[in-house]
Amino acid sequence: MAIHLKEETEAFSRWRMPALRFRRRLIVPVAAGLCLAALVVMAVFAPYLAPHDPLAMLPAQRLKPASEMFPLGTDAFGRDLLSRIIYGARVSLIVGIGAALISIAIGLPLGLLAGFFRILDGILMRIMDGIMAIPSVLLAIAIVTLSGVSIWTVMIAITIPEIPKLVRLARSVVLSAREEPYVEAAISVGSSMPKIMWRHLMPNTLAPLIVLGTYICASAILTEAILSFLGAGLGTETPSWGNVIAEGRVYFQINPGLIFWPGLFLSLCILSINLIGDAARDLLDPRLAKRSRL
Amino acid sequence: MSGADVLKVESLVVETAGEATVPILNSIAFSISAGETVCLVGESGSGKSVTALAVMGLLPKDALAARSGRILLGGEDLLAASPGRMRDLRASEIAMIFQEPMTALNPVLTVGRQIQEVLETHTTIPYRKHRQRVLDMLEQVHLPDPARIFHSYPHQMSGGQRQRIMIAMALILEPKLLIADEPTTALDVTTQKQILRLISELQQKQGTSVLFITHDMGVVADIADRVCVMHRGHIVETGKTQDVLRHPQRDYTRQLLTAVPSLIPRPVRPEDSKQIVLETTEMSKVYGSRSLFGGDPPVAAAKDVSLSLKRGRTLGIVGESGSGKSTVARCVTRLIDPTSGGIRVRGQEISDLSRRALRPYRKRIQIVFQDPYRSLNPRVTVGESIAEGPINFGTPRRQALDEARKLLELVGLPADAIGRYPHQFSGGQRQRIAIARAIAMEPDVLVADEAVSALDVSVQAQVLALLHELQQRLGVAILFITHDLRVAAQICDDVAVMQKGRIVEYGPAETVLRHPSEVYTRELIEAAPGRNWDFANFRPFTPEAPAAPPQG
Amino acid sequence: MLSYILRRILAAIPVMGVVALFVFLLLRITPGDPAAIIAGDMATPEQLERIRASLGLNQPITVQFFTWIGQLLSGDLGTSLISQTPVTTLIGQRLEPTLSLALVAITLSILIAVPAGVMAAWRHGGFIDNLVMSGSVLGFSIPVFVIGYMLIQLFAIDLGLFPVQGFRSIFSGIGPFAERIVLPAFTLSTIYIALIARMTRASMLDVLGEDYIRTARAKGLTERLVLFRHALRNAAVPILTVIGTGFAFMISGVVVTESVFNLPGLGRLTVDAILARDYPVIQGLILLTSFIYVAVNLLIDLSYAFLDPRIRY
Repeated sequence: MAIHLKEETEAFSRWRMPALRFRRRLIVPVAAGLCLAALVVMAVFAPYLAPHDPLAMLPAQRLKPASEMFPLGTDAFGRDLLSRIIYGARVSLIVGIGAALISIAIGLPLGLLAGFFRILDGILMRIMDGIMAIPSVLLAIAIVTLSGVSIWTVMIAITIPEIPKLVRLARSVVLSAREEPYVEAAISVGSSMPKIMWRHLMPNTLAPLIVLGTYICASAILTEAILSFLGAGLGTETPSWGNVIAEGRVYFQINPGLIFWPGLFLSLCILSINLIGDAARDLLDPRLAKRSRL
Repeated sequence: MSGADVLKVESLVVETAGEATVPILNSIAFSISAGETVCLVGESGSGKSVTALAVMGLLPKDALAARSGRILLGGEDLLAASPGRMRDLRASEIAMIFQEPMTALNPVLTVGRQIQEVLETHTTIPYRKHRQRVLDMLEQVHLPDPARIFHSYPHQMSGGQRQRIMIAMALILEPKLLIADEPTTALDVTTQKQILRLISELQQKQGTSVLFITHDMGVVADIADRVCVMHRGHIVETGKTQDVLRHPQRDYTRQLLTAVPSLIPRPVRPEDSKQIVLETTEMSKVYGSRSLFGGDPPVAAAKDVSLSLKRGRTLGIVGESGSGKSTVARCVTRLIDPTSGGIRVRGQEISDLSRRALRPYRKRIQIVFQDPYRSLNPRVTVGESIAEGPINFGTPRRQALDEARKLLELVGLPADAIGRYPHQFSGGQRQRIAIARAIAMEPDVLVADEAVSALDVSVQAQVLALLHELQQRLGVAILFITHDLRVAAQICDDVAVMQKGRIVEYGPAETVLRHPSEVYTRELIEAAPGRNWDFANFRPFTPEAPAAPPQG
Repeated sequence: MLSYILRRILAAIPVMGVVALFVFLLLRITPGDPAAIIAGDMATPEQLERIRASLGLNQPITVQFFTWIGQLLSGDLGTSLISQTPVTTLIGQRLEPTLSLALVAITLSILIAVPAGVMAAWRHGGFIDNLVMSGSVLGFSIPVFVIGYMLIQLFAIDLGLFPVQGFRSIFSGIGPFAERIVLPAFTLSTIYIALIARMTRASMLDVLGEDYIRTARAKGLTERLVLFRHALRNAAVPILTVIGTGFAFMISGVVVTESVFNLPGLGRLTVDAILARDYPVIQGLILLTSFIYVAVNLLIDLSYAFLDPRIRY
């Protein structure tokens, strides 16, 4: 029977994870975690860490190369690049974390409902398909253009296109879990629908949800940077990595650092979040982890 | 004898790959001579499938590795052969068929193409002659209309047909050795019988040696010349089939044989109670698709099923896959809604109750599922799982957990198991937990839907004994769904035989299983492997003879 | 088969309907007066009135909706607030560079990503696998514009191999066209390559664990046949799906890439419209790209029927 073979292979995979290999696996996520932690510290303590006021323009110091006074040089208005980058971390992290939390708060209940109630499912999923079909950057641009620029509108504009991903995930987890015999067993011992949902279905969505949440966080930071880069994001009085890069474009050939330094921070930030997401997936989602291990 | 050995395995050791190795096969040795059938028999985890894969050179590279020993195929050591040489030998000298015919064929290629590939890879036969060769082979495995089958995809065929395709693919080049890894386990008994007959027919025609891997002593008795009993990576006993079945030398072999349920129905039990606890009247379940674009016509999964079950009795529903037996189980527990007919639990009609109105009656009828790995929520402790039902019906939490502790002891598990999670238990233990969860509701009827089918025979025997004991003690009625006539014979008072959604024969187990009046029932009984053996008493048995005394 | 095709096409219609409804409502339900936001702070009442009239904001909402849908169905995407040109005309003028860029990038992505993913799955845990996996995480994480500027710095400025920016039509000769399209196409394809390679690897890993792969090996087939005849075709459905859904990345990637490399395509049109707050143009572009997205995914859905015989019912 299928079960016999499953038992055998399960036994193998348990033996195949010696502690040593496990430790090697941990290096990357730990490094990523430290990197992200550093960025968070940088954002929180920006006023103490930044050597200059990120908005102070010194016309005499325009486009200066790196020096003791300006570790990464200055931009076209004579503002300190390092300070602008340090402050820029705030926007990215707020938008990223905010988008992840809001999309979970909205997407999870919708997904659970869609997975459980057939009638709702049809309508809700058609709406989600429609939103998915609209390219996220264009949708965000439209929302920001129509409702004016602020950190809130930017965050909401970035979150809306992410919601369908969550709804679909939560729904698919519920749909597959409700076929499980243990859910049927709960029905037959008389558990009510809310109880079954809360106790037997919700916990299953948790692990994939955390994983998707980190990916959404990374993707939101990327979208925010793109919006700023295209000129549809926050104004330069609120420095963000995206708009620092956008401003540096014109002077790219004079001082490539105006693009590379903020680009480096932006990439590192997204990279560490993605790596944490991958590690979380391997750890939390046995099915996916097995796939990547076997 | 060794001169004629087609396959000779000498002190083969297989271990897990990686730094900390764990032995899977401990220096096993056996041989197969030309035209002989050798069975490797054992329970799950005994290493029998690993042995087969090792011979084929198909051990999963990153998980298992052969450490030492020799595998001699006609004198050539396969462990020393290059990958290229192994590829040449496969299909031309050694071929293999697998357990799951449903998944062993590539779903996106036609079966003709998949067989033809063997010719393409291993022979110089010109391409234009391939088709005829394949059609000949399809003829030999008795598939109807080979020309049509040639262009069919696997999903268009039944399990038995697919296994015939696998056999055609394996034997088209007339290899010296055929390895069959549980090839009939996933099939119905009647199909199993045909496939076993086909293998032995082609074996005689081609003079092939067969290494047959199975967990089923019945199959061993029917087909093996010699048998190797495997247990935890060792071959514990080897010998001629007759000798091993009659005079097992090792305790383990003895245990294994004793655990095989007998086909002889157990003695008739006196009826203690006249109270009917479950009754269905002409219950039907029809599946129909109401799609805009047609779809399949309505299918009756169960039709006019009328059964009745008295307190303290066990009613078995036996049948092959698709017979509708599980549909009946799911209808009476109202996990699905019957299309028509009545279901009465202790006289109360429940077939048309709404979900809400049904709730008080739910507790009277409980179900235990087949797959012990999926019937318990992996994230909920055993105690919480068992206590969930009573808490739903108003038992205070603390009291429900106390009860759960007692129930665990009742089903033979330590009371402190209550705080542990399902993954810490074996399949058999999980099934005990699932039974405890059902019993916690103090039901009138316990539905066991293939509840012992996924278990090894020795564990199966223990769980059956547990159900019997619980019935004695609590007087619960059991509706026992199974495909296995042996199990049905051992636990049921009455038996209903289902075919294509209908009950074809229904009566006391003694009558139905020993003096069947319907052709289909007779076919089922005749297809049961090893029906000429009374394994538990180590002796052959003639079905026509008068009833043998009940087993130990 | 025919019923499958018909059903997929019918299923795509409500999706486009939802897109249209969503885009329509977007302008009407945003808080505040959209006309005022679009016109900017210095707008005169006359300007506001003109914008309202042009967006049709003066009529009752149902009337607005049906006139708007009617216009859409007749192929009218509205008129630019700035240049007073029909949006369709604007799009038509900018189509060629975008189409060239996207097609080259998709071809490049598939040619690189699929073999990489197959090799990674085949030698699972080995050097190539690690390379592909780390490469794909980087591909996901480095924003398109950063990659674009890095490539410009390295290949155009430091090595002088390609022109820094600009576009030449393919009709003006392959050489000048190719020279200018290589860097942007590669920039655009990085995230796509990462996505497809990862999915190819995952899907191949799944398939390589299937019983029929063991059967194929038990037949003595060479690894090449096992991988490409038996495994890849079975792994194809998820790969195609991700090519379809990844098309969304492509669209936002186009906007950024064109802006980095100064290509006069739809992406530039978008950026210009953002800067000028030319909402009808943005709206038209959203509708167009969503339509393309739905159409691409419909085609991919239909291709499943050819790949997997089980779908042909």
